[in-house]
Amino acid sequence: MTGLGEAFAAAWALVIGFDSGLAGIVLLSLQVSLSAALIATLIGLPLGAAIAVERFPGRQVLIVLLNALMGLPPVVVGLLIYLLLSRAGPLGSIGILFTPQAMVIAQTVLIVPIIAALSRQTIEDAWREYSEQLHSLGARRLSAAMTLIWDTRFSLLTIVLAGFGRAAAEVGAVMIVGGNIDGVTRVMTTTIALETSKGDLPLALGLGIVLISLVIVLNALAAVIREVAQRRYG
Amino acid sequence: MLPLQLDQLTFGAGGTAIINGISAKIEAGPRTIILGPNGAGKSVLMRLCHGLLTPTGGRIVWHGARNGDVRRHQAMVFQRPVMLRRSALANVVYGLQLAGKSRRESELRAMDVLEVVGLEQQAHRPARVLSGGEQQRLALARAWALGPDVLFLDEPTANLDPASTHDIENIVNTIHASGTKIIMTTHNLGQARRLGDEILFISNGRLMEQTPIDRFFKEPASAEASAFIKGELPWH
Amino acid sequence: MALSRSRVITAAIVAFTLLGLQGAAFAQQNFITVASTTSTEQSGLFKHLLPVYEKKTGTQVRVVALGTGQALDMGRRGDADVVFVHDKVAEEKFVADGFGVRRFEVMYNDFVLVGPKADPAKIAGSKDITDAYKKIAAAGAPFASRGDKSGTHAAELRLWKDAGVDPNTGKGTWYRETGSGMGPTLNTASAMNAYSFTDRGTWLSFRNRGDLVIVVEGDQKLFNQYGVMLVNPAKHLHVKKDLGQAFVDWLISPEGQQSIAAYKIGADQLFFPNAKR
Repeated sequence: MTGLGEAFAAAWALVIGFDSGLAGIVLLSLQVSLSAALIATLIGLPLGAAIAVERFPGRQVLIVLLNALMGLPPVVVGLLIYLLLSRAGPLGSIGILFTPQAMVIAQTVLIVPIIAALSRQTIEDAWREYSEQLHSLGARRLSAAMTLIWDTRFSLLTIVLAGFGRAAAEVGAVMIVGGNIDGVTRVMTTTIALETSKGDLPLALGLGIVLISLVIVLNALAAVIREVAQRRYG
Repeated sequence: MLPLQLDQLTFGAGGTAIINGISAKIEAGPRTIILGPNGAGKSVLMRLCHGLLTPTGGRIVWHGARNGDVRRHQAMVFQRPVMLRRSALANVVYGLQLAGKSRRESELRAMDVLEVVGLEQQAHRPARVLSGGEQQRLALARAWALGPDVLFLDEPTANLDPASTHDIENIVNTIHASGTKIIMTTHNLGQARRLGDEILFISNGRLMEQTPIDRFFKEPASAEASAFIKGELPWH
Repeated sequence: MALSRSRVITAAIVAFTLLGLQGAAFAQQNFITVASTTSTEQSGLFKHLLPVYEKKTGTQVRVVALGTGQALDMGRRGDADVVFVHDKVAEEKFVADGFGVRRFEVMYNDFVLVGPKADPAKIAGSKDITDAYKKIAAAGAPFASRGDKSGTHAAELRLWKDAGVDPNTGKGTWYRETGSGMGPTLNTASAMNAYSFTDRGTWLSFRNRGDLVIVVEGDQKLFNQYGVMLVNPAKHLHVKKDLGQAFVDWLISPEGQQSIAAYKIGADQLFFPNAKR
């Protein structure tokens, strides 16, 4: 298929002739998705840790719910946030529809369940290993949870990156709440969607290759950190 | 806080009794060895005493308990120690800080105990990269640093080579000499003889006898104990 | 040491992400939001017009490109200051319902019918769009429709009505509704060699044509009028009345009209200004 060859050529040309417009789009993509990953981590990690170490009625239901929400359709999230942030909606007075902030909110909602559910699993596995020792040392649940987060930090980093990857790759939600405004809310995925609409498939795929490469580089970085840490801290 | 009194202590899970009506009194002073074949319930008994498990029947009474907080005055070393992903020193400091000590006080105390167990050179190395023997010595240091009245040890040398076992046994004796009560499980008769002052022999979740060490090996009171000694001795 | 270095890196990432966003959002306070159509955005018209306007006034124009139906809905919800679309009937209703202040005609272009070179309905070169529609239906030739309540979709449906054909009878066989924008619909048409109804601007800037060519053009009925209006500030208090109206006024001013006329792809002029002053 000649289209693929053209796509790789286009991707290469994009990287080589890095024009400022594209740089801005890549930068915004990174900023929005890293912010979302950061905020989602601040919410999802303590949530996951709490569910991992606490026993309360409805816990199993909550775990099933969180696991299910990992597959939340981005378009639905986008629509929900849109209706909330729209001027006619309950939070309309803030006036942040069609801004990067709105996109951060949408992506955060999208990946909190991912980070919470996966970190719950990781921390619960560690809890099984550590619980007797920590109890014996007199750790209460809260400090035990903090200890577990710190001790599983390298696994958790992978989870946060999984969340970031999902945020950076999604298009449905940011298209709706961001509006794909040139120079304001246009990110890599919405640009890809736009170029596809214009029938410029090689350019769209080329952008896709750049996006995938970015995610790969970030994950490779995390893998290296993990590897080094594993060797240093065991 | 001793003596420790067990009163018809029972623990069951899923309909089977793992510990079945054990009554005993463990006094301050002598090193107590809980001995018995695999699956006798030694580890469970120890976890009940330490408070990691809740008995399904009977009582555990610490007669000399100060301020009611019995957990603070006891510590435990497990067969497979769980080391936190941080330095050896930080592992010891962690326990001390949980016990409410200041950072500075904790570090000083931690360095002291690391020196006693011979790990002062390894203080700043990550705990998880230490050898099995070193990790177990670190676990002893972490437990002992808390200054417990009673130290529980659950098969602390089961996974170790003879040299490391020897190190651990020396440290246990040091801790005993400092005035801490030692309660330890083992299925190794040689170790029981080397470290024990009295034996609690457990079989099938029941206490068969509580006997001073010399008498235990010469004339065990129970048929189960004499069978165990006969079966085990040729290899030790 | 490693710890403090990783802390520095973490802090840098946090600063980059959060502060960077603050900067991006608040750098430009003077802006208006315009709800417009995919045809104006994707044809490249805004990329040509807006830098001229932004340089002149310092007002950033943020365009959200949707189908006409969605764009009007955005105005109705108060999420845009200005609506710039192409469905006269719907626009007049929008103003009549009090959501828009006053509608101004800005420019027109025309719709064209594109189709495969093989031309299974034998209509190439015709100037009679209703006749062409009848022949497509009679031949059962594949036809890709927007199906998204956009301005183009509305115009297409009016023409079916004029032709006396109910395309719904062809659903599942020759009449395919994509339910998406003009570009995706053209991609679909190109992939399955279907006829499709499109505005000329999008067609001219569309790259993935495959075997498609223009088969019918030049009928009076293919006229495509664009209108612009300020969202009613009486309905939505936050609407940027002055900045928004200034943009509307500029579009219909001689300068704005000349700018529109000057936009070309190759030798083709895409939009023809026709504001009534």
